[in-house]
Amino acid sequence: MTRQDRIAALKRAATQRILVLDGAWGVMIQRQGLSEADFRGERFADHTVHLRGNNDVLCLTRPDIIAGLHDAYFQAGADISETNTFSATWIAQRDYSLESAAYDINLEGAKLARAAADRWTAKTPDKPRFAAGSIGPLNVMLSMSSDVNDPGARTVTFDQVYEAYREQVRGLYEGGVDLFLIETITDTLNCKAAIKAILDLRDEEGHEELPIWISGTITDRSGRTLSGQTVEAFWNSVRHARPFAIGLNCALGADLMRPHIAELSRIADTLVAAYPNAGLPNAMGQYDEEPHQTACSLHEWAQSGIVNIVGGCCGTTPDHIAHVAQSVAGMAPRAVPERPTAMRLAGLEAFELA
Amino acid sequence: MRPIFVNIGERTNVTGSARFRKLVAEGDYAAALSVARQQVEAGAQIIDVNMDEGLLDSKAAMAAFLNLIAAEPDIARVPVMIDSSKWEIIEAGLRCVQGKAIVNSISMKAGEAEFIAQAKQCLRYGAAVVVMAFDEEGQADTAARKVAICERAYRILVDQVGFPPEDIIFDPNIFAVATGIEEHDNYAVDFIEATRRIKQLLPYARVSGGVSNVSFSFRGNEPVRRAIHSVFLYHAINAGMDMGIVNAGDLPVYDDIAPELREAVEDVILNRRPKTGGSQTERLVDLAPKYKGDGSKVQVADQAWRSLPVAERLAHALVNGVTEFIEADTEEARLSVERPLHVIEGPLMDGMNIVGDLFGAGKMFLPQVVKSARVMKQAVAWLMPFMEAEKEGKPREQAGRILMATVKGDVHDIGKNIVGVVLQCNNYEVIDLGVMVPADRILDEAKAHNVDIIGLSGLITPSLDEMVFVASEMERRGFDIPLLIGGATTSKTHTAVKIAPAYRAASTTYVLDASRAVGVVSQLLSKTDKAAFEAQTRADYVKVREQFARGQEQKTRTPIARARANRFAIDLAAAPPKPSFTGTRTFDSYDLKELAKYIDWTPFFSSWELVGRFPDILTDDVVGEAASDLWKDAQAMLARIVEENWFQARGVVGFWPAQSDGDDIVVYADESRSTELARLHTLRQQMAKTGDKANVALSDFIAPIGGPADWIGGFAVTAGHGEPEVAKRFKEAGDDYSAILAAALADRLAEAFAEAMHHRVRAELWGYAPDEAFDLDHLIGEKYRGIRPAPGYPAQPDHTEKATLFKLLDAEAQTGIELTESFAMSPAAAVSGLYFSHPDAHYFGVGRIDRDQVSDYAARKGWDLAMAERWLAPILSYDPAAAPRDAAA
Repeated sequence: MTRQDRIAALKRAATQRILVLDGAWGVMIQRQGLSEADFRGERFADHTVHLRGNNDVLCLTRPDIIAGLHDAYFQAGADISETNTFSATWIAQRDYSLESAAYDINLEGAKLARAAADRWTAKTPDKPRFAAGSIGPLNVMLSMSSDVNDPGARTVTFDQVYEAYREQVRGLYEGGVDLFLIETITDTLNCKAAIKAILDLRDEEGHEELPIWISGTITDRSGRTLSGQTVEAFWNSVRHARPFAIGLNCALGADLMRPHIAELSRIADTLVAAYPNAGLPNAMGQYDEEPHQTACSLHEWAQSGIVNIVGGCCGTTPDHIAHVAQSVAGMAPRAVPERPTAMRLAGLEAFELA
Repeated sequence: MRPIFVNIGERTNVTGSARFRKLVAEGDYAAALSVARQQVEAGAQIIDVNMDEGLLDSKAAMAAFLNLIAAEPDIARVPVMIDSSKWEIIEAGLRCVQGKAIVNSISMKAGEAEFIAQAKQCLRYGAAVVVMAFDEEGQADTAARKVAICERAYRILVDQVGFPPEDIIFDPNIFAVATGIEEHDNYAVDFIEATRRIKQLLPYARVSGGVSNVSFSFRGNEPVRRAIHSVFLYHAINAGMDMGIVNAGDLPVYDDIAPELREAVEDVILNRRPKTGGSQTERLVDLAPKYKGDGSKVQVADQAWRSLPVAERLAHALVNGVTEFIEADTEEARLSVERPLHVIEGPLMDGMNIVGDLFGAGKMFLPQVVKSARVMKQAVAWLMPFMEAEKEGKPREQAGRILMATVKGDVHDIGKNIVGVVLQCNNYEVIDLGVMVPADRILDEAKAHNVDIIGLSGLITPSLDEMVFVASEMERRGFDIPLLIGGATTSKTHTAVKIAPAYRAASTTYVLDASRAVGVVSQLLSKTDKAAFEAQTRADYVKVREQFARGQEQKTRTPIARARANRFAIDLAAAPPKPSFTGTRTFDSYDLKELAKYIDWTPFFSSWELVGRFPDILTDDVVGEAASDLWKDAQAMLARIVEENWFQARGVVGFWPAQSDGDDIVVYADESRSTELARLHTLRQQMAKTGDKANVALSDFIAPIGGPADWIGGFAVTAGHGEPEVAKRFKEAGDDYSAILAAALADRLAEAFAEAMHHRVRAELWGYAPDEAFDLDHLIGEKYRGIRPAPGYPAQPDHTEKATLFKLLDAEAQTGIELTESFAMSPAAAVSGLYFSHPDAHYFGVGRIDRDQVSDYAARKGWDLAMAERWLAPILSYDPAAAPRDAAA
């Protein structure tokens, strides 16, 4: 299949059923009990900075583990698995002095996901599998001050963020992903830089048009993104990407996320996706929501017709995804509504001139 | 149906606002932000930001200002219009906004290629776009060319670029009319006509424009310019104009313009020959000086309105607050009707309705409304004897009866009085029980007078609890009438979380300020609107409660032990300065004239809901006129207060040896520092701190036991003796305006007294800064050494600490200031606090504190936990009713 065939298959599948994304990577990698040497591999054996905890670099140094995790999630029933590239930008990799490896991580990470998806599509041709290029939020924000005493201060510029994403997008694209997933968005302006990078690459380097999935995160119970936007303002601010899907992930567990997903379901004239954490972390920072509990929540959302794609974020495992996949199997996806034409702008709040 | 019109705030534009340009050029972004905030508060739904100025680094200024706006949620909630004639500045702006903005503007002036490229960039950044009617030939002036260019641009955008048509806004160029050049005469008509055709021809596209251009030839004459804008918008909006860049909050109402002026303006806008002959421009130019807002107009207008029919004279007097002729006019009106009551129900109420409408529409401001009420009261007072003589004895029909009171323990009533006056202006009967009113009496009187609504007011934090108590008593005693809550410390959150749940039998509504009172009351008393309004409020409060509950769990507090370990360390290298005396010193009858010099006027205006910094506020575009009038009246009264010694200013200050002991400050009887005279308790910040920022408590500013010898000071001052009597006299004379003014001035004098005394303490009595110059701006800006925090304020939010301070100072006997059971000071115009001398001492807010500190504080104060939680209720980070969480959580 060519990439365009796969994209067509993805869009077709989305009209027929609720698609399932994979679960957490962090917790699964932790369980491998990897050592500093595993993270370094041969390539970074002499690196001057500790690399343990830099999960993304495993795409280069322990590709076997990453491939195994893709397999585990596809086996559990996921339609889509994400590349292990959440922090693979030069800005995020600065913490490990691995700025120069960012492109390679994306390229190899994409190839691993591509190969795994193709293996499983070959095994179950009636259920094609897809590789989504994970684009994380960065550890710096364009809309928030970096200094409490100077509200105008920023540690990075739009151009730097844009360039970082552009490099990541190019690596993911060249490694063969089927779609881009800009996820865990805390600051809409960072996200807008990523969107611009994707759209510019289409124009300037002739990239094929890949679906874009945009997933924000509501970090606390105020119902706002970290940068202060309401869900509707967030949607108005990214709709120009004409995304394949819009949704939320991470933070809050399913219960607290539900009203915001319901809101998106009402206002978004595209697919709605949700992949919450396994509940809220307990006192020790661990997630103890059981697989059947996550599945039960998402089943109810499917029943209520407010989601098209579901999956798991922090704390979820292949077991969670297996339960989720079973619980939404055979259920109708949310019908995408048509909205009346209107000028819809946004500050922190939405503005509509109908 | 009234067409929707979107106000785009124009004042954050360096080309249109000299003030904003100056602020940006000087780098005073804080003040520049306040311009943006004022626009949003005045109703701008979008704010236009323009930094096009030759002497500025416009790109940097655009980015800097937008980054700052991002940190101001009350501004950033609305979308931004990024306005520049240079693409690079627009792009710099687009790189700073997370929301969906509007680009203003792009055009085909440099050809299609650049236009398409810029439109594509707008799409990439996710922005709507204003397209100017401008092509390679130049700016379109005729309707036909405007439409042709817009249609061409629309087709390119929609068909070639794929731009969503609903995100296209056309600006068909508003040009100045009445310039004296005949070719310009049709410019407004061309715009209006083009607007009509664009809206018909180009689906989903919008039309906007910079409105102030149209009146450019009348610059310097704001009243006439406003009239031109009003008439122009009236016609343009009817033709389909969707939005405009305007001075938000300053849009006059078409109907309010003097008919003579309106007709002349209309001729100019619509390019008609005046009925009287000649050219329309000449006629408006001739007429304009008459409406110019300078001194000469007042006299001309004075004479003019005196020749109007009596009903209109009464309306004029009410709207303009003129009492000079009111008795004569009222008498004339009385003689022309059958019964005196008809004067009230007829012309007087008509006049007050105009006032109410203007106020509701933001065309009049509080001081003006209160003056109107004074006129009304005098007119009614004139009629009263005649009505009584009629022996009908039947009270006139009232819109409703509202009982108002400041709750027990609280003596503040300026805000409540303003609300009372505003309600009376709107034909509500107000029963005002005054201050310090216990719940029983409020409810007894409410029953006795069969009132429709009860309104509670309070300023100090313990009043919040008292309001909850009143609400629960209403529930217990079976009341079912609406309850209103207002006053400085009250909030929607507190009302929703604490008060409303205590009174379930009927609705409880938080009223933000006086301007909202009439709207709330009229809806609550309306047969048709009541249910919907209450349901909406209730739903809103459910949301607020949920938000509050969430916020409660989110806030992480630093354990008190850790906060203490991170205390603020003062530099003790230099020995703390010794005061010139220890013990107390009393000041009787302080010179009011001296105090007047220390008055900070900005809060005076804000107590009248006029927002802005003094003296800029006097020339403010929106409230300048109201502020200037108020200022004149205040100066006149202040002169009399000083001359005639209306108020008596009394104060006491004291200094004592002191050392800190953990979060307490031990006050010693003498320099041997062996006998503890008193112990001041302080509270420590528990918010999470980053870097080297400390968790501060006031005790940190005093050297610890075992450290160098240190001292603390204290003071209590008042300028309020005599004020209640003066206010009462004015009220009895029907002059609420002066009563409120007197109270507000007493407040200012008390604050000034505190400021003056502090200055004297630094320079002389403590004497650690003998050379400090007197400079009011420095005082207000707090640019001096040492602080004077007051119990009940952010650095020590516990009001009960006032009791210790008062005992140390023997303040009741020395100054006549008494403490109520809620620890409010009476008279209300009073200030008390502690003095700290250390150069590192600074103001801060304790913020929310956690259970561990509250229980520790209770032990130190000798309270039980419940008592501590009651007095500290406003700053608890947890809900005392909820069980303590597991220590591990």
